[in-house]
Amino acid sequence: MANTQSPAPDIAPGLMAKAIKEGLFAGVLALGMFLLFVGIETYQDIDNRLVWRTRWELLAVFVLVAAIGRFLMVGFITPHFAARKLAKGKAGQADSAEEESFFKRNFSKIAILALLFYPPIVVYLYGVQGSLKFVDNFGIQILIYVMLAWGLNVVVGLAGLLDLGYVAFYAVGAYSYALLSDHFGLSFWVLLPMAGILAAFWGIILGFPVLRLRGDYLAIVTLAFGEIIRLVLMNWSEVTGGTAGISGVAKASIFGIYSFDVGAPNNFARAFDLPMSSAYYKIFLFYVILALCLLTAYVTIRLRRMPIGRAWEALREDEIACRSLGIDTVKTKLTAFAIGAMFGGFAGSFFAARQGFVSPESFVFLESAVILAIVVLGGMGSLTGIAVAAVLMVGGTELLREMEFLKHVFGPDFTPELYRMLLFGLAMVVVMLFKPRGFVGSREPTAFLKERKAVSGSFTKEGHG
Amino acid sequence: MTPGNQTMTTETILKIEHLSMRFGGLMAINDLSFDVKRGDITALIGPNGAGKTTVFNCITGFYKPTMGMITMTQKGGKQYLLERLTDFEITKQAKVARTFQNIRLFSGLTVLENLLVAQHNKLMKASGYTVLGLLGIGGYKAEAEAAIEKARVWLEKADLIDRADDPAGDLPYGAQRRLEIARAMCTDPEVLCLDEPAAGLNPRESLALNTLLKSIRDENGTSLLLIEHDMSVVMEISDHVVVLEYGQKISDGTPDHVKNDPRVIAAYLGVEDDEVEEVIHEELDGSMR
Repeated sequence: MANTQSPAPDIAPGLMAKAIKEGLFAGVLALGMFLLFVGIETYQDIDNRLVWRTRWELLAVFVLVAAIGRFLMVGFITPHFAARKLAKGKAGQADSAEEESFFKRNFSKIAILALLFYPPIVVYLYGVQGSLKFVDNFGIQILIYVMLAWGLNVVVGLAGLLDLGYVAFYAVGAYSYALLSDHFGLSFWVLLPMAGILAAFWGIILGFPVLRLRGDYLAIVTLAFGEIIRLVLMNWSEVTGGTAGISGVAKASIFGIYSFDVGAPNNFARAFDLPMSSAYYKIFLFYVILALCLLTAYVTIRLRRMPIGRAWEALREDEIACRSLGIDTVKTKLTAFAIGAMFGGFAGSFFAARQGFVSPESFVFLESAVILAIVVLGGMGSLTGIAVAAVLMVGGTELLREMEFLKHVFGPDFTPELYRMLLFGLAMVVVMLFKPRGFVGSREPTAFLKERKAVSGSFTKEGHG
Repeated sequence: MTPGNQTMTTETILKIEHLSMRFGGLMAINDLSFDVKRGDITALIGPNGAGKTTVFNCITGFYKPTMGMITMTQKGGKQYLLERLTDFEITKQAKVARTFQNIRLFSGLTVLENLLVAQHNKLMKASGYTVLGLLGIGGYKAEAEAAIEKARVWLEKADLIDRADDPAGDLPYGAQRRLEIARAMCTDPEVLCLDEPAAGLNPRESLALNTLLKSIRDENGTSLLLIEHDMSVVMEISDHVVVLEYGQKISDGTPDHVKNDPRVIAAYLGVEDDEVEEVIHEELDGSMR
């Protein structure tokens, strides 16, 4: 029965024997693994005693799924793909490469165009109030992470400095905006660059002591720095409001011409005789963060072609060789830290303006880990890959909240968001298995003599400090 | 001029005086003094573990010498004390560049990019320390094109022009060696220190290397200081040879002089100590007579 799909029918019997053997082995393995986890369940009875009962049926399902799954994998699926690959290799893949190149070549242009028209389309489809969810949860939320990941990409992807405390700069940006607008009444557009500068300043302050550290040691110190910032924000209650945070942070305005405060005379909705809705503010914010993202991308792309950007990448490849060429690695590292932190600061002040509320809870280590995961999954140094990874990771999380139908499958107590981290981890393992260098593993050279050839990921290094 | 002649009139570009380097209880270099003349190819040879690479690391600032003075005199007469500068300042200000025994290329960057990174300081200045270049003001664009042009010249000299857009890690070993030399030359050095440039090369590549090094000396006027085990390279191209053993200088002079020095022969071939004395005495007697 296997000979319909296996490439060579005469080896099919051996293949079947192998598949059965491996299937049985997987079943035994699953039995051993799940016997105690699944087969036996403990619970408290009415007298509060801990008692146990067996669940042999469920265990049998687990074991059978493992055994049959492995059997099908070895017996059918793997040979099928091997045969297809062989056939493809024989046919020659010249024509398929040309077909996808148009979309691939213009991917970023198409993506930017789609993003520009995203809010009007959503408003058209779901109405003003209905668009809120799509613009805010999917649009703005994803774009904030895109921007943060692109900012971290400068430090981790280009300069090869493993920074586990990136969220600290995000926090500095957010609190800079919240505090300065609260105390001095400055507008968003004044404070946005200021938050960036303050975050860059903190980036340099962090940079100085950790410059002599490399690799794991650098990661630990930046991790600690992130926690220090969070703990200071939490405990310096007189200034930061402690764990309660700062609420009522001023909204951004359209350059002071139109406001989004409900009571203001120049309220946007009132000025245009539109029904009152918070969706306009969100749509406005969507374009703001889109502009900030594009600025980040533009600056990063330009910087890569400047001597400083090349020095970052050279630093990632070999620090000693950099020094032998007369490059001041201290200054180079500091600029990477400062520029990365600056983008984090921009994103932070935007975050504060969007939420209208900041508290230390938003800046926990998990955020740093998620941003780093996006950078690694996307492919270090590649803006497109990172953007795709952000859409998948953040958009996927948001999508989980929407999956009401899962409640019908798993019962009413099932909350899909709680499985977010599990899926997150699973996705990372799968991606790293199949694409160890991230979605976009190759790097674009910054200069060329005759033709621009992408550098395969197997040559680039990850950096070690 | 007669190369390697002790009483040569050319000026000294690099003067090493009483250099000592101690690692804990180990005296890696002990009171070493020698001169590198401008426009010469000076070879530093010696058996394994003689301290040759340590001398290089002291000159290029990767080690801080325990004692001694290293004076670099530039074309304009400006002098630098290398033991007081850090590694990157030595390349940037004193114009002493180096290569490494185990090749250190930026393997994920293309060959061309490797050469552009080497021109970092010049380009940094032209781009107004990134700020002006980012805004598109000033002469960064012209300077960047000049940098690519310079890279092209060196790629042609090193016979790498066809591989310019390939990742450096993809090059065969001999080409990587040549690229590392070309990259060091892109920093516009007055002294180039090469740590075993011919190691691992086949005879043909070795020959091409000789031509490259000679052209660097003759066309660019760069003085070369090299560590080498391959005697065909040393004897063929060097003007001046310094021999080290156990961190001390045992011979210094033209290749011919060094080749016939009994102490050098003893160091390389291993002779009983009293036999060396004997040989030296015979030599002395012979020259007196």
